[in-house]
Amino acid sequence: MSRETKTLLDVDDLRVTFPTRTGLIEAVRGVSFSLGRERLGIVGESGSGKSQTGRAIMGLTPPQARISANKLAFDGIDLLSVSPRERRALRGKRIAMILQDPKYSLDPVMSIGRQIVETLRTHEKVGKAEARDRALAMLEAVQIRDPSRVFNLHPHEVSGGMGQRAMIAMMLIAGPEMMIADEPTSALDVTVQLDVLGILDRLVSERGMGLIFISHDLRLVSSFCDRVIVMYAGKVVEQLKASELGQAQHPYTRGLLNCMPKIGADRHPLPVLDRKPEWAA
Amino acid sequence: MTSAIAVDRLEVIFDRFRALKGVSLDVQPGESFGLVGESGSGKSTLLRAIAGLAPVASGSIVVNGKTLGPRRDKAFYREVQMVFQDPYGSLHPRQTVDRLLQEPLAIHGFADGEKRIQRALDEVGLGNGFRFRYSHQLSGGQRQRVAIARALILEPSILLLDEPTSALDASVQAEVLNLLEEVRRRRKLTFLMVSHDLAIITHMCERLMVMQSGEAVENLAAADLVERRVTKDYTRNLLRASDGFVRTA
Repeated sequence: MSRETKTLLDVDDLRVTFPTRTGLIEAVRGVSFSLGRERLGIVGESGSGKSQTGRAIMGLTPPQARISANKLAFDGIDLLSVSPRERRALRGKRIAMILQDPKYSLDPVMSIGRQIVETLRTHEKVGKAEARDRALAMLEAVQIRDPSRVFNLHPHEVSGGMGQRAMIAMMLIAGPEMMIADEPTSALDVTVQLDVLGILDRLVSERGMGLIFISHDLRLVSSFCDRVIVMYAGKVVEQLKASELGQAQHPYTRGLLNCMPKIGADRHPLPVLDRKPEWAA
Repeated sequence: MTSAIAVDRLEVIFDRFRALKGVSLDVQPGESFGLVGESGSGKSTLLRAIAGLAPVASGSIVVNGKTLGPRRDKAFYREVQMVFQDPYGSLHPRQTVDRLLQEPLAIHGFADGEKRIQRALDEVGLGNGFRFRYSHQLSGGQRQRVAIARALILEPSILLLDEPTSALDASVQAEVLNLLEEVRRRRKLTFLMVSHDLAIITHMCERLMVMQSGEAVENLAAADLVERRVTKDYTRNLLRASDGFVRTA
């Protein structure tokens, strides 16, 4: 049944709980959504549980945390009952993840090319020469001008934008069906940000992938995604089409949109969020 | 009227790298002036050079009519204070808020410390309850308020703000920006503010300078930017980028 259905990912009542000295902290409290071959944005402020949601799907939740869900299924595979070995086979091959800062998420002692080849050869039986050719082609696809030079560089030798492109290349080389991008452009300059988003956008639509785009920037997400989930205190407070963001109902979404300074809007003082305890209830 | 800050053909060189290539700047007293640019454009270096934290190779910096030498004296820091980007890195992790605020008072020999600390905390909206906490017991926004209180406690006339809100959530950013505007109005402060975000700069500042790779690209009034009366392509690119992602299909 899995192939025909359009749903790639099904999340129902996902909870992630961390035991701490002062008791249990629920970082994610009952999140439900489904993802097809579309771009879905998850927006929230720090501590809203957006990253933990992404990590739980990817299987990167720290070992001391507890995950529970009525359903957490990728293409019909139950991610909660699957063995670690099968999970590893999925990760990188069918589900990929882009992290925020290439400075920390790339291996500093391995050349960029070798890291990409490593990903490919972990998941596919390909020869060294072919792997190299495919890595070079992938670097070209993420608009790196001189792929054979960049192939041999180490992460500290490239700029942030270049590093993030290399990371996208590494994530896409095994041809995943779903990609989770956790703040993929927050560490980049605004102009570079748009280049990287453009590349991501083109590759995702060309390959028909499902994308989960996690970000704190509501406006950026709504300009990039088809659908947006707004999270607050571990819960989804609102789900809406990106094009209908202007008609957001929840006061939190509206407050978040409103409190950012805009060029041309002369508002002194800026409206601030009046957090209501019932939002977190 | 003498300028609050006048920078003339300033060069900053780190080893052999020219971080600032002859940048000039003039900020009037009571004005709020913005510096915009991408990483590596030299905007923070310019701020740090004024504060005495970057090696100046040539050029001059005049603050309130006084030309600055290679070393800053105590009187300078009573006039000029700085707020840094990362509230997690700029507060001492093993000192209470009280201790953090006492330090500048002790250095400058203020006698009425008690009163000043209370007033500074009230001014930034924290109140006495935060006085004996450590910085790890505070949220990012609260920490930045402490950093602002520490800068204000000596009653300077100029604040140097290096991306004061870029580490904060959008809703907390609005609160901190409002606080900064309020203290500026109340104390008639001069701001020199660095940000990569054009929207923040046009919100906070009357005039701004766009920088790229150690050079000034153009000087603008915030109103010009709002009307998109810019002359340089680089500024136009920045403006377009701040509009968000546009799909080219």
